[in-house]
Amino acid sequence: MTATLAPAREPGSPSPASSRRLAERVFRIREFGIVAVLIVFVAVTAAIQPRFLNSSNIQFVLVDATIYALLALGETLVVITRNVDLSVGSVLGISAYACAKLANQAHGVPLPLVFLAGLGIGLGFGVINGLMVALGRVPSLVVTLATLYIIRGIDVLVVSGGQVVPSSYYPSFLSLSKATVLGIPDLAIAVAVLVALGWYALRTFRSGRELYAIGSNPDAARLAGIPMGKRVFTAFAISGAIAGVAGVLWASRYGTVDSTAGTSYELQVVAAVVVGGVAIFGGSGSVVGAAIGALLLQTINSALYVLGVSPNWDQAIAGFLLILAIVLDRIISVQLTASLRRRSARRGT
Amino acid sequence: MERDALRNRLRPAQFKPALRWETGLVVVVIAIVIFGNAVSPQFLTSNNFFNLGLTTGEIAIMALPMALIIISGEIDLSVESMLGMSSALLGVLYLHKLPILLIFLIVAVVGALGGLLNGLLVTRVGLPSLAVTIGTLALYRGIALILLGPRTVANFPTTYTNVGIEAIPHTDLPWSIGIFIVLAVIFAIVLHATPFGRSVYAMGDNAEAASFAGIRVKRIKTSLFVISGLASALAGVLWTFRLNTAVQDNGTGLSLDVVAIVLLAGVSIFGGKGSIAGVFLAVLAFAGLQNALLLTNFNQEATGLVTGGLLLVSVFVPNAAMFVRYLRGVVSRSAPRPPEPALSMPRKDT
Repeated sequence: MTATLAPAREPGSPSPASSRRLAERVFRIREFGIVAVLIVFVAVTAAIQPRFLNSSNIQFVLVDATIYALLALGETLVVITRNVDLSVGSVLGISAYACAKLANQAHGVPLPLVFLAGLGIGLGFGVINGLMVALGRVPSLVVTLATLYIIRGIDVLVVSGGQVVPSSYYPSFLSLSKATVLGIPDLAIAVAVLVALGWYALRTFRSGRELYAIGSNPDAARLAGIPMGKRVFTAFAISGAIAGVAGVLWASRYGTVDSTAGTSYELQVVAAVVVGGVAIFGGSGSVVGAAIGALLLQTINSALYVLGVSPNWDQAIAGFLLILAIVLDRIISVQLTASLRRRSARRGT
Repeated sequence: MERDALRNRLRPAQFKPALRWETGLVVVVIAIVIFGNAVSPQFLTSNNFFNLGLTTGEIAIMALPMALIIISGEIDLSVESMLGMSSALLGVLYLHKLPILLIFLIVAVVGALGGLLNGLLVTRVGLPSLAVTIGTLALYRGIALILLGPRTVANFPTTYTNVGIEAIPHTDLPWSIGIFIVLAVIFAIVLHATPFGRSVYAMGDNAEAASFAGIRVKRIKTSLFVISGLASALAGVLWTFRLNTAVQDNGTGLSLDVVAIVLLAGVSIFGGKGSIAGVFLAVLAFAGLQNALLLTNFNQEATGLVTGGLLLVSVFVPNAAMFVRYLRGVVSRSAPRPPEPALSMPRKDT
C-alpha cells in the first residue's frame, strides 16, 4: 500500500497536480517523522547524560553511521525497484580486506588508488548480481542470498586465517576516518554530499523516476517502455560499488580486518532502509530517509551505551524499535491511502 | 497482478520439466555420495553418518515449517534467534533449578509466542514478513542476550546431553535426525494430504483467490508462524543439549542456511510450489556436501561457496530449461515472453 505514493507522482495519473502536492507533503512528513524521533532521542539522552554530546562521541557515532548510511544509499536504489541486495555485507568484507592489504606500508599504494580498488571490487560483484537478476530473471532475494555465501566463501579462502592489523597501515589511511572539519568527520560530510546527490538524481532524473515506476508496478513500467533490465542492473551495480567503497571506510575505521568483516551487515542495512521509510516492496521512499534511518539506529546504539543501559539490552531495544518503525509506517500509509481515496471520491473520479 | 501472470506462464500444463525437481535432487545426492566416497574412505562409515546427522538435525527440523511458510508465500528469517532465545531460556531456567519438564513446557510456550508475534504482525497488521522477521531476528536475539548476558550455562543432566553422543538404539541415527524423520512424515501428510496443506498451496498461489474461496488465509498463516516458533524452540533445546552449553549466540547465522535448504528443495520463493520430499532430499544434499568437504582439506568456513553455488544452480536450472523449451516452441506462443517477471520480488501487500 505504501507504493501508492509513487504512482501519484507519475505523469498521467488522475489529477496529477493535486496528488503530487499531497504526496510531496506526506513525503516531507515521513522524513520529518524520523528526524523528529532522532531529535527527541538526542535531546532526552543529552539531558540525562551530557557526555553524549561531547565531540568525540559525536564523531564516533557519525563515522559508524556513515558506513551504514553509505550502504543504505545503494540498498535504497535496489529496494525501490522491488528487489533486495543481501550481498552488501560480504562485498564490504572482501573489499575491506583487499584494500587493507593495499594500504599497508609495504605496498604503499596511494590512497586514491585504494579507493579505486575498493570501488572496482564492489562494482565487479554488483555487476554479477545485476546480470543474474536482470538477464537471468531470477528473484534477487535468492541470487543475493547465494552471492552472500559465495563472496564470503571467496573472502575466507583469500584471507585464509590471516588478518591485517592497524599498525601495518600507512598513517594517512588510518587518519582517513579521524579527520574532521569543525568537529564533523570528513567522511560524514562526503557521504552527506553523496546522499544529497542520490536524492536529487532519484527525484529529478528520468532514470531515477523510472526506478520508482519499476518498483510500484513492473507490468505497467514495461508497457510504458521503461528499460527495466537496464535500470535494475544499474541499481545493483551501484549498490555493489558503494559496498566496495564502504569496505575501504570500514578498514580505516576499525583497523583490524579479517575474514569476518561486515558479517550480517546486510540485515542492519535493510533495517536502516526500512526504518527510513523505504517500502520493502518497492516504489516509494528516499535515500535521505534511509540515511537518517542509519543515523537513528547508530544513535540509539550509542545512546543506550552512554546512558549506562546494560549492553545486553541493546539488541532487544533495537529490534523492538525496528518493528515499531515499520508498524508506524504501515499505519501512516494506510491513512494516506484512505485520504487519497476520499479526495478522489470528492472529485467524483 | 503480475504474480498471477507469472504463475500462469509457469503452470505445469505449459512447462513440464524433463525431470521432476525431486528426481534431479536424487541424482545430486547420488553424485555427492560418489564424490564423498572418492575423496575419503571414511565418508561411507556409520560413524561419519552419525556425525553428519548430528550437525544437521536442528537445521533440518527448522526447514520443515520454513518450507510451509515459503510455500504459503511468506518467509521467516527469525528462526535462528528463536533457537537462540529458547537455548538461553533453557539455560536460565536450569540455573534456577526448575524441574526439567516444566522448563520444556515454558520453552515451548515462549517459542510458540515468538512465532505468534511474527504471525500476527504479518497477517493482522499486514506487514511484509521479510521486514517483520528481520525485526524479530534482532528482537529475539536481544531477548536471549538479556536472559543470559555473557554467561555460559553447562553441565546439563547427562540423560539429555546424551542426544549429542548416543544414537537411537539399534540404529546409527542421532536423536535429532530421528525426530526430523518423524516430523517430516507428519509434515508430508499434513501438507500433501489434508485440506490444511492444500490451502497452504492455494494461498501461496494467490492469497486473494484463496480467501475468496473461503480459506482462512490469515489464521492459517499465523498458525504456520507458530509452528515455526515451536520447531525452532525444539531445535534450540536439541542444540543446547548436543553442545551441553547454553550461550546467547547459539545458532547465529542459521536462518539463511535453513532458507537455502528450502529453496534447494525446489520450493518457489514466490510461493505455491514445493514438497516435503524435496526438503528431505535437500537436507541430504546439504549435509552430504558439507560433510564431504569436511573430509577433504577444504577450508571449513568457506563451505558457503558450495551452499551458494547450489542455491544459484537451483534457481537458474528451471529458468534455463524453460528458456530452451521456449526457443524450441514447446511453450505455447500465446505466453508473451517466457521467464520475464521474475525480475522482482513477489508483492504481498495488495
